[in-house]
Amino acid sequence: MNDRIASGFAPFVIPFVVGMVFVLGYCFYALVKILLQLPREDRVRFLRSLVTPRCIWKNVRDIFCDCLLHVKLWRRNPLLGYMHSSIAFGWFMLIVLGHVEVMLFVPHRIHFLYYPIFFNYFVAETSETIQGAALFFLMDFFLLIVLSGIALAMIKRVRSRWFGLRRTTRPSLLDRVGLYSLWSIFPLRLLAEGFTAHISGGSFLIVPLNWLFRQFLGNDMNMLPTWWAYSAALCVFMCVLPFTRYMHIPAEMLLIPMRNAGLTIRHPRRGLARVEVFSCPGCGVCIDACPMTVKKANTRDATVYLNRQIRRGNERRIEEISDKCLLCGKCTAVCQVGVEGPMLRVAQRATRHYGLEPDFSGLDTAPVQNNMERFEGAPEGERVAYFAGCMTQLTPGISRSVESVLKKAGVDYRFIDRDGGICCGRPMLTAGRFHQAWQLIRKNSELIRSSGCNVLLLSCPICYKVFREHYRLEGIRVVHHSDYFHELMEQGRLRVEKGDLTYVFHDPCELGRGSGIYEQPRRVLGCAGYLTEAEKNRRESICCGGSLGSLTLGFSQREDITKAALRNLTEGGPDVVVTACPLCRSTFRRYADRPVWDLAEALDKQST
Amino acid sequence: MTDFGYTLSRSSTVNLDEADRSLWLRLEKLEPDLRLCMACGSCSASCTAAELGGMSLRKVILDLDRGRDPAPIVSACMLCGKCSMVCPRGINTRHLILSLCRIYEKK
Repeated sequence: MNDRIASGFAPFVIPFVVGMVFVLGYCFYALVKILLQLPREDRVRFLRSLVTPRCIWKNVRDIFCDCLLHVKLWRRNPLLGYMHSSIAFGWFMLIVLGHVEVMLFVPHRIHFLYYPIFFNYFVAETSETIQGAALFFLMDFFLLIVLSGIALAMIKRVRSRWFGLRRTTRPSLLDRVGLYSLWSIFPLRLLAEGFTAHISGGSFLIVPLNWLFRQFLGNDMNMLPTWWAYSAALCVFMCVLPFTRYMHIPAEMLLIPMRNAGLTIRHPRRGLARVEVFSCPGCGVCIDACPMTVKKANTRDATVYLNRQIRRGNERRIEEISDKCLLCGKCTAVCQVGVEGPMLRVAQRATRHYGLEPDFSGLDTAPVQNNMERFEGAPEGERVAYFAGCMTQLTPGISRSVESVLKKAGVDYRFIDRDGGICCGRPMLTAGRFHQAWQLIRKNSELIRSSGCNVLLLSCPICYKVFREHYRLEGIRVVHHSDYFHELMEQGRLRVEKGDLTYVFHDPCELGRGSGIYEQPRRVLGCAGYLTEAEKNRRESICCGGSLGSLTLGFSQREDITKAALRNLTEGGPDVVVTACPLCRSTFRRYADRPVWDLAEALDKQST
Repeated sequence: MTDFGYTLSRSSTVNLDEADRSLWLRLEKLEPDLRLCMACGSCSASCTAAELGGMSLRKVILDLDRGRDPAPIVSACMLCGKCSMVCPRGINTRHLILSLCRIYEKK
């Protein structure tokens, strides 16, 4: 293998070099800008994580699995997974092997940016070629893999259902430019290497192609134009990349280490939020997943469009999309990149200016204090305080059942908000009024501490999530009733008889996706009767539509959402729909054709 | 004056010619649902903040309509959303309260 061109230069490399320098420059500029946008403590935390060995290993592994192999996509749909990993991993291997070739055969050219990309043009086959046979084979092999991925990508444009996608986004004009240039890069490379293979050598793909061409083309006149075209396609792709959805390729490589460092979104447009927005590949999986898009409504309010509008800076639409969302978190659960749509929206809500800012710091809690049942002294063992929360106050059936179950199990408990209490603060948090939420949280913490409990039992997952994440209640265990009742059964304190009813369990957003509790309620129901599963369940459970997360969705607009969620639950013909959230229960009851119970109610009927 | 142990209550007559209803009119543009309210009081009956800060959405809406300052009452709201669950007219009460807080200007 020898250098064919003494200067190691040909004019056609210029477009590629221009594109490469532009995209690298842009990414560097964006990286510095984002690092400067991070709050100081976050920046220090992030930079420190980059030198922590355990974090480095996790980052490398995650980037390899998510950005190159697309492991999550494989799980979703193998065809979609293959398409993405063949292009990403195949291209990556072409670049790596290109560098290996240069290092092995023409090591003095390694500092030429373009050499590994256009290697076949610059070298001539000699007797030493045989040493590179394995490399040539691998190069052709990975080129074939990439080409198969590109072919699938073309099929996906017309038959997206084969890939498990029902609705996808409409690409913008620049997205199309990027898309077509990406599609053309590899066929052009194949042609260019094919026309050159009799000089540079090759393997099973380009050598027969070259032979074929030479059967009817008598000269090498096609060689240079195809190399020019290949270089130009690369240039176009790299020059439009920062302004298209393909920006997700570099952005995701930054998002993964940032997330591994434990950063959270603090501002809707700056720092981590910006990285998340640019990491969105615009695939549109969130459109089908979003509970609001039932009957083709609100399609343009899915997270993918929020990201697009943030990139375009369309303030009116950003506000609209941010306020409408139910914050059920399903888009994040299905997103391959893990863009936290709900967090982006809450951060956006928090930037709003209000003319009237309530102040709860001086709130007089005496009316609650005076009526509160509490533990006198500090008796040994478990002291359970049951906090029903606002929503359970509206569904007294649930609190009655909880009390009944607790009595049957002989638990020493106090119902601390029997006569009302303070809101947990989560509705205030999701409305973006953090200051007021923290004031409520502080007031409520005082109340709960004064009850003298060491276990705080909650029947509302909305409360549960905020108590778990935002309250500082040292020495008090916060537990949801589904988890606690399961424990009572395991310990043999509660006897449950198996009934003959068939249940389907609806995972409330804040209990399942929000707090990761999926198994306990199912085990409880499995003991109380027969459990069937809905088609969409657990992480992909559909929001009941009653969520307090949405600020603007009105009563009538929620009806279709609730009905769609009910259809999903009742398809298997269960006798009873069971949930573990008072809000879901109230919402479903409006439209359900069969009983809707809370887990406590189902358990109370079957326990002794 | 003789102390009878009780007094006449202050007249609550509302003179709509003198009342400043501008806040109501501005809110009505943002929240047309405001006019759906029939002052049934379900919101106030179910309110978490009623006992703690005297919140009553019914009162807020009536006060707005009569040109009175709603701030002392509405700033007790904790946004828990029970009112939107019980409202027989399906008013999006939480958004109404948030909109009111947004357009409110200190006099």
